[in-house]
Amino acid sequence: MTQMQFEAPTSVDDAVRCLAQAGDSAKILAGGTDLLVQLRSGRIRPGTIVDIKQIPELRAVTAENGGFRIGAAVSGAELNENAAVKAAWPGLVEGLDLIGSTQIQGRASLGGNLCNASPAADSVPGMIAAGAICAVAGPDGRRDVPVEDIAIAPGKTSLKPGEFIVSFLLPPRPPHSGDAYLRFIPRTEMDIAVVGAGVSLTLDDNGTCIAARVALGAVAPTALLVEDAAAALIGTPVDAAALEKLGSAAMAACNPIDDKRGTVEYRTKVAGVLARRAAEKALERARTN
Amino acid sequence: MAKHHVTTTVNGDPVEFLCSTEDTLLDVLRNTLNLTGSKEGCSTGDCGACSVTVDGRLMCSCLMLGIEAEGHDIGTIEGVADGDKLHPLQKHFLEEAALQCGICTPGFIVAAKALLERNPDPSETEMRYWLAGNLCRCTGYDKIITAVTNAAAELREK
Repeated sequence: MTQMQFEAPTSVDDAVRCLAQAGDSAKILAGGTDLLVQLRSGRIRPGTIVDIKQIPELRAVTAENGGFRIGAAVSGAELNENAAVKAAWPGLVEGLDLIGSTQIQGRASLGGNLCNASPAADSVPGMIAAGAICAVAGPDGRRDVPVEDIAIAPGKTSLKPGEFIVSFLLPPRPPHSGDAYLRFIPRTEMDIAVVGAGVSLTLDDNGTCIAARVALGAVAPTALLVEDAAAALIGTPVDAAALEKLGSAAMAACNPIDDKRGTVEYRTKVAGVLARRAAEKALERARTN
Repeated sequence: MAKHHVTTTVNGDPVEFLCSTEDTLLDVLRNTLNLTGSKEGCSTGDCGACSVTVDGRLMCSCLMLGIEAEGHDIGTIEGVADGDKLHPLQKHFLEEAALQCGICTPGFIVAAKALLERNPDPSETEMRYWLAGNLCRCTGYDKIITAVTNAAAELREK
């Protein structure tokens, strides 16, 4: 068996070159909380591991155009300690923070969570609700891709060979905006979402919802952007009737699996409840800022 | 290809070692550096028995490659005591009998130490959430929480 190579490029261009050179057998290492498990179990045997954490852009959190740019390999612990991002996007940060233990938080990243492409990835609905845009680098240069277009099936992404995510751009936050992510698990910690719901909304000065995005996790092969659910909120004061409509739209969007974690009926029902509660929490936050 | 040559710091001492790409930091600590205090429980980041700090941040050494330690500052259970003098956490784990088989104990102590360095007076809830990534199948956790509470109190008095 040939020896596994290791590269730790220090720039995006170097990383693109490393990945092109290594070809199909390359695997990207960010926090490694999924990759090392797959390596240990023998599920993967990469020819080359490319560690992208030495690239400054991948580890930086910066203000940009009134929003934030978050490096794809920034750890959950690092983002959780960033007061500015947490104040603007508490729901997104809470979603990332729900992944695993303190130890996992020391390494797990938004980029890794998205590219592992689990339908139950806890940070993804919050990013979709936020309207986050991925900056993708590859052999053909750079391109911007909405987060919801990255995962295409469990474990599969739309990234082309040699491409990787450099960072996420979070848009500017207008006044009276709030977001929230809620997940349902049968315990209090350290579990995989049975259902996850992320909601981001903005109110005008009179309390009418003028913008909303709703995303669901673990109820379909990929996390879903549910436009009908957002439409149920826009133009309303986010009252009981609007929340009821949002819940129905969320349930209608579900296409879950039946497994030991939850039946189709159960996941669908919980998706409606959780989407409503996440919207209520986002509303509460929007009213206080 | 030759093995990777890694230069790092372990418990304050400069250390050099050779490793293959797929060797985890835990493999290196236990098999190359003979620091066998860090335990291998699950190898999947669920049990926390291999907990170490990297530049002061708590991590599972089973989920990090040895080569990634290059240039970083690693803290293991072997660096917790001051020579023969036990750390208050170690002392209170003994006093409270917060262990039975002992496999999880190094991970708990490394994790609890990282908590108390950030938050010298954590609530019970904060302790339990912080330590949720450390599994113990013997004690039922109550004695561990008592030991950490007592150690925190002693450290605050210093």
